[in-house]
Amino acid sequence: MTDTLSQTPDAPRKSASLHTQDARTKKRNAAEARFKFYGLTAIAIGLFFLVVLAVSIVRSGLPAFTQAVVNVEFTLTKEQFDDAESQLFKTKAYSGFFNAALVERLEASGIETEFDEKAVERILGKTGGTIREYFRENQGELGSPVAFSLATSSRVDGYLKGRVTRENMEDSRFLQRADLDLVDDLQAAGILKQAFNWNFITGADSGVDNPGGAGIGASVVGSFFMMLVVLFLSLPIGVAASIYLEEFAPQNRFTDLIEVNISNLAAVPSIVFGILGLAVFIQFMHLPQSAPLVGGLVLTLMTLPTIIISTRASLKAVPPSIRDAALGLGASKMQAVFHHVLPLAMPGILTGTIIGLAQALGETAPLLLIGMVGFVARGYPDGFVAGFTEPNSAMPAQIYTWAARADVGFYEKAWGGIIVLLLFLLTMNIIAIILRRRFERRW
Amino acid sequence: MPLAWLVIIVLAIATAGYVVGRSRALSAAGGNARGLHSLPVYYGANVALKIIVPAFGIMILWLLAQPWVIERSVATIIPDSAVAEGSNRGLVMAEVRRTASGIVNAVASGEMSRDVAEEQPGDLEEFTQRLKDAGQVVTSTLSAPVVAAAQRYNVLSATGALYMAGLVVLASLAGLVFGISESRPDFRARNVVEQGVRALLIGAASIAILTTLGIVLSLVFNTIEFFRLYPASHYFFSLEWAPSFSGRGGSSELGVLPLLWGTFYISIVALIVAVPIGLFAAIYLSEYASHRTRAFAKPLLEVLAGIPTIVYGLFALLTVGPLLVSVFGDGGLLGVDWQGGGRAVITAGGVMGIMLIPFVSSLSDDIINAVPQAMRDGSYGLGATKSETIRQVVLPAALPGIVGAVLLAASRAIGETMIVVLGAGAAARLSLNPFEAMTTVTAKIVSQLTGDSDFASPEALVAFALGMTLFILTLGLNVVALYIVRTYREQYD
Amino acid sequence: MNDMRQVERTVDTGQHKITAKNVQVHYGDTHAIKDVNVNIEDKTVTAFIGPSGCGKSTFLRCINRMNDTIDICRVTGDILIDGEDIYDKKVDPVQLRAKVGMVFQKPNPFPKSIYDNIAYGPRIHGLARNKAELDEIVEKSLRRGAIWDEVKDRLHAPGTGLSGGQQQRLCIARAVATEPEVLLMDEPCSALDPIATAQVEELIDELRRNYSVVIVTHSMQQAARVSQKTAFFHLGNLVEYGETGQIFTNPNDPRTESYITGRIG
Repeated sequence: MTDTLSQTPDAPRKSASLHTQDARTKKRNAAEARFKFYGLTAIAIGLFFLVVLAVSIVRSGLPAFTQAVVNVEFTLTKEQFDDAESQLFKTKAYSGFFNAALVERLEASGIETEFDEKAVERILGKTGGTIREYFRENQGELGSPVAFSLATSSRVDGYLKGRVTRENMEDSRFLQRADLDLVDDLQAAGILKQAFNWNFITGADSGVDNPGGAGIGASVVGSFFMMLVVLFLSLPIGVAASIYLEEFAPQNRFTDLIEVNISNLAAVPSIVFGILGLAVFIQFMHLPQSAPLVGGLVLTLMTLPTIIISTRASLKAVPPSIRDAALGLGASKMQAVFHHVLPLAMPGILTGTIIGLAQALGETAPLLLIGMVGFVARGYPDGFVAGFTEPNSAMPAQIYTWAARADVGFYEKAWGGIIVLLLFLLTMNIIAIILRRRFERRW
Repeated sequence: MPLAWLVIIVLAIATAGYVVGRSRALSAAGGNARGLHSLPVYYGANVALKIIVPAFGIMILWLLAQPWVIERSVATIIPDSAVAEGSNRGLVMAEVRRTASGIVNAVASGEMSRDVAEEQPGDLEEFTQRLKDAGQVVTSTLSAPVVAAAQRYNVLSATGALYMAGLVVLASLAGLVFGISESRPDFRARNVVEQGVRALLIGAASIAILTTLGIVLSLVFNTIEFFRLYPASHYFFSLEWAPSFSGRGGSSELGVLPLLWGTFYISIVALIVAVPIGLFAAIYLSEYASHRTRAFAKPLLEVLAGIPTIVYGLFALLTVGPLLVSVFGDGGLLGVDWQGGGRAVITAGGVMGIMLIPFVSSLSDDIINAVPQAMRDGSYGLGATKSETIRQVVLPAALPGIVGAVLLAASRAIGETMIVVLGAGAAARLSLNPFEAMTTVTAKIVSQLTGDSDFASPEALVAFALGMTLFILTLGLNVVALYIVRTYREQYD
Repeated sequence: MNDMRQVERTVDTGQHKITAKNVQVHYGDTHAIKDVNVNIEDKTVTAFIGPSGCGKSTFLRCINRMNDTIDICRVTGDILIDGEDIYDKKVDPVQLRAKVGMVFQKPNPFPKSIYDNIAYGPRIHGLARNKAELDEIVEKSLRRGAIWDEVKDRLHAPGTGLSGGQQQRLCIARAVATEPEVLLMDEPCSALDPIATAQVEELIDELRRNYSVVIVTHSMQQAARVSQKTAFFHLGNLVEYGETGQIFTNPNDPRTESYITGRIG
């Protein structure tokens, strides 16, 4: 301590008043404000991206849920029906009736326009067939007014939604510029309206040249069957594995190996799981390509680490006193775990499982490799078992398929599909949050 | 569905075994449960376990082995002459499998009689047509060896299924008898059952190992196969990626370097976006934000992490790409003609960066919060401002953890698929221009395996070598990152 | 209490360095400090004693506004240093803390080298114009912290590698390096062994020559050993304040007496 003692008690530096800021403090405070501003900017940028993403999804996706339809009400008498059925070109006759009704409606609205049958055909497709079919099946409706609601072709739909304009379109056999005048007239007369596109929700994929008819329904079913596989495999296996690791596993090499494997699998890129699925399930086991069963198996393996990690966390959150209490009453370790610890951890396990499922539902890359993308899901599966084994698509795979198609009409469908997918994810996450809120226990 | 029936039969036997085992043990103890070693349910469960485990074990093993064995046996009856020029045995076998399942389906739907299905067809065209009429997917006209092999395939499958059913039922009955004979009052049923359950738990935990094993084996075997067909030196050192399309012949250049360059370039762009934004967001949230701001902004930022990558892919392709072209492209806002198309390194990298913001920020948030408050107090006590404390005390203390977080984010970026498939482009290029389209390892895995290349060709097999490269790369990054993060955590525990 | 070493009591210089008037502190709904009035003198060691949770640390942290970093904490009343209200809007806590240094309960060296630990304060406050001056400040501070001889050969080794007592003296040296006028010490010896404690106590006595030192302590013996003035806190109230000798031998308040004789606390 000699070094301190030898010092003279020098006076502290001359103190300045605290009530005035010196220049250096001002500079430092400016730096402080700048730094804080950077942080705020970073948050703002992050939130800005979120908003841009949300806006572009909603703006581009909402049109997929509506479709332009032409509503025409007309009466077909028995005589007209018989007359049409006796003609050589039956559907043409029906088209004639329809066009006449259309002209009548337009005139009633005070609009006079010239159009030929071809134009109507380009706008609405072959109307005669639909009408003939209806009246042949419902002959009782003859003589009374019937309202027909016919969907317009995807190009007309695109024109009304601004995707196709007079400037950027070219006359083709699908649509000509002159037809757009008629479309405008029909719209002005209130005959052509936007209606909710139920077909998009319930329908199946259409071919590559018919974006108008494409629907996401079949792939929702495909995703549903996949999620069933994931749920019924990953929940029991995940819980069993977690119970073993958390409650029974001895400290040894084998346990370490499992732990290392789980933490590494959680970080393996999803595409690698796709390769695994392709090589093992399809090439080696010959399970059917594009089947929800295979997709479900691959997603199960991918989701397992997530579920195991969250399940272990909820098992760990159950205090040891509960186990001690059960063991103290003479219960075996297995009984203590299954009777006491597991029920207490269940809400946390379910929350983790739902979040894992939501992750699996949105995963696309592995599905590309097991053939869910090349396949056009034209219909619903025939039955429950077929739902697992028949080729089908899944929501994200369907969205990718649409996005990869050449016809820009499919882009709108892809965005619409994203809205549907996000609604599912949102619902699952809200359920998870409610579960957590309601059953969360603080020890 | 005979398999479903078999499962139901086994379960029925198990249920019966449960009831019998339970009541037998009880009656042996004179109806008094106290006379038993364990609770009566354990005697029942013991019997049920002894039925289910071996029966289902045999079933699963058989189902795994049967296709392999049958394939071998059927492959021998296909003469070499049946393998067409430019094709190979694998393709023919695929054809055989398709035909076989087509015949089965046609018979099941009643479109084809059993006799026709099993006899050698006189007219192959008619036979093919009947299959097509039944809605089955078969090629133009089936050849005689293929039909014969398919029929043989079906016969073997049917016999195999029959044998399996017999064996499974037999095994479950044996289990039933053995289990019931064990149900004596002094039998330690609970211990046995618990040991069985424990074994099942260990089995479930081992699936993680099996998955890794499956990944490694499927990658290794196919990669070896690839290097047998294509020189490894070209794969590793060639500066060109130019696969020839199947059927057209000609040699492919399959150099991995351009793909790796694209992968790294896009990942670096992503990190340049994500790391500063994510880190500053984490700093603001953990050091400055009021409780309410934090409760509001943190979950919202994390929403970005919960959005599926396909959405980001679409966002890159349809929103960000065109937007960037309208700024940097020909006739764009800046009047520069840098960017030719929407798909570019900067598009994919930028969108990937957005996706990684919450990843970086929540990891950094955890790490910054792990720095002890005492450290901050020490700095404040010396008259440091908040930013000085953060920059000179908190961040240096958290640096290892943050480096780990950035490495984890990098591994994410390297393994990301959908964004690059949709946003980065298809052309492999060694270029420094971020406005050019480039491609990545993951994008090429997808395109090589979803194209119409034959699975046995080097053009398809290269995907496995790419997968191996990707797996090793991300695994290495993860191991290093987790190690750094863990040592960092231990430092403050 | 016979073992108490009675330090020389050259007190009452008459200068009030710190003056607290009607100070109240609320933590959320808890009323932690109730109407405290106290005058703390310059070049004196003042000890705050009292049972756990009595508010002595809270009050100490009011003197350099460390409580500002806690959101729910609210301080009312006036605290004056050299006659200036430190809770005035014009006061920047950063400047205040440079003037009022603080040493914490647990040694908290930064994960940097010993040199950088000491140089941190002078650097942020711009006390050195060049490297030579900084070297000088570092050496002087380490000497004041009575740790120079132990670390002079390894100034660039990490500060976290020192022993507990060395770390705490390093923290004191670090606080001294910014040339404060007041040093606040929050139980500086509670994490140290008896030998390290003795060294730190000796150091505190040295520091009295230059600074006004306020020390919160759990140990009455320590208060008796190092301080000239003692304040006894109980349940947020300042019960008694006076000469250390008088507080320990002849307390006025029955609560003080109970505490000193070990009946409460």
